[in-house]
Amino acid sequence: MSDIEARVKEIVVEQLGVNADEVTADASFIDDLGADSLDTVELVMALEEAFECEIPDEEAEKITTVKEAVNYINANQA
Amino acid sequence: MSCIYLWFQGENLMSKRRVVVTGLGAITPVGLDVNDSWANIVAGKSGIAPLTLFDVSDFSVKFGASVKDFDVTTVISKKDAKKMDTFIHYGIAAAKEAIEDSGLEVTDDNAERIGVAIGSGIGGLPGIESGYDSYLSGGPRKISPFFVPSNIINMISGNLSIMYGMKGPNTAIVTACSTGTHCISAAGRMIQYGDADVMIAGGAEMATSKTGLGGFAAARALSTRNDDPAAASRPWDKDRDGFVLGDGAGVIVLEEYEHAVKRGATIYAELIGSGMSSDAYHMTSPSAGGEGAARCMKNAMKDAQINAEDIDYINAHGTSTPAGDLAETMAIKAAMGDSAHNVAISSTKSMIGHLLGAAGGVEAVFSILAIRDQVAPPTINLDNPDEGCDLDYVPNTARKMPINITMSNSFGFGGTNGTVIFKKLV
Repeated sequence: MSDIEARVKEIVVEQLGVNADEVTADASFIDDLGADSLDTVELVMALEEAFECEIPDEEAEKITTVKEAVNYINANQA
Repeated sequence: MSCIYLWFQGENLMSKRRVVVTGLGAITPVGLDVNDSWANIVAGKSGIAPLTLFDVSDFSVKFGASVKDFDVTTVISKKDAKKMDTFIHYGIAAAKEAIEDSGLEVTDDNAERIGVAIGSGIGGLPGIESGYDSYLSGGPRKISPFFVPSNIINMISGNLSIMYGMKGPNTAIVTACSTGTHCISAAGRMIQYGDADVMIAGGAEMATSKTGLGGFAAARALSTRNDDPAAASRPWDKDRDGFVLGDGAGVIVLEEYEHAVKRGATIYAELIGSGMSSDAYHMTSPSAGGEGAARCMKNAMKDAQINAEDIDYINAHGTSTPAGDLAETMAIKAAMGDSAHNVAISSTKSMIGHLLGAAGGVEAVFSILAIRDQVAPPTINLDNPDEGCDLDYVPNTARKMPINITMSNSFGFGGTNGTVIFKKLV
């Protein structure tokens, strides 16, 4: 597991109040981890904070799993 | 003609649905539940101390009445708790205790007949402060999506209805320091009128934040007795110099009498009347001679169909402000006549400070327990009653006495007054 993936999982666990073992790479924040639309907005804000980046709303909407978050951060981090 | 006559007569004779109290919940500066809070109130213990929640060194007032050692995860999951400011935590904690105490089970059959009316005077002031800090440091993108729903006042009622599936009325009356009392009286009316069979009602507050403390201090409403916080709240005493800001929540379960009897609920007391009035005078000062407060108490007595001499104990608003305590004393005299000198009156704010929108909730709980235990709680720190403050304020020590009927007063900024009256069920 990459450092980024580990950090993303940690943030998901914290933000969504779920157990670490539930947070697989493909787990959907909404369908599998019980998040609602407001939770996902705040989750993206936490990711922005942690990785010091800005995720535009239209990109944020496409981030629905840990894997998608990691891919986005890998592709866009300076 | 005869039809009209009968219609009017029928309305006059229509018996009201009776409303009783079947559950109590409280979280206060002297206890995290009803039992601990009440034991400390009867014992005359103060919950007022230096504030430690933030750096108070620049503030003219450095103390308050905080809730101590409360772990919110004992009542709400960590994930949900994060989406609620502290006043909501307190409101839900008190409501849960009250509901559990009542033994009420919300089912598919009764859910639509059970509602919530828990308000707050100010709401999520600490949350608004921290949300604004986020905006100032990071711009609009740093404002949390939970900023609004975690801070608005009706979210105690909202969250509680979601947690329990209560589908009846879902409301939150906001009338500053009369909030808790007005929520209880309105909830009682909803049951009387038939909108609901059960209402969870009361108030919650957590406004000992930077702008809360600073704002009330700027209004010169607070005691500045920084060298002796436990002696700062001293209603009717000649050395009183303002109120003490307090946090907590008080919630009661109100239930239609037959509904309560049918399910074998323990009935603490009956809510026999409530009254309201407006001073129509000043934003923060009481009207001359407590005229508005007197009308409020009279309205409540009229609603309860009792006389002044029937009242055994008054849990006064008694905030320890120079103007307010005198005005309430004059109001009690105006409302009760000679009986004013025979009624036991106390201010439990002498121990827990002023819980603003929660005050009426917590003080309703104390007024009901005064009936259950036949004891009038004391007004502590009342060493030298001020000129004009010459009623029986149960100074410094609780008093065992026969208590059949109690009255609880709340008066708020904006000249908004509320009174509720409870009676021992016979």
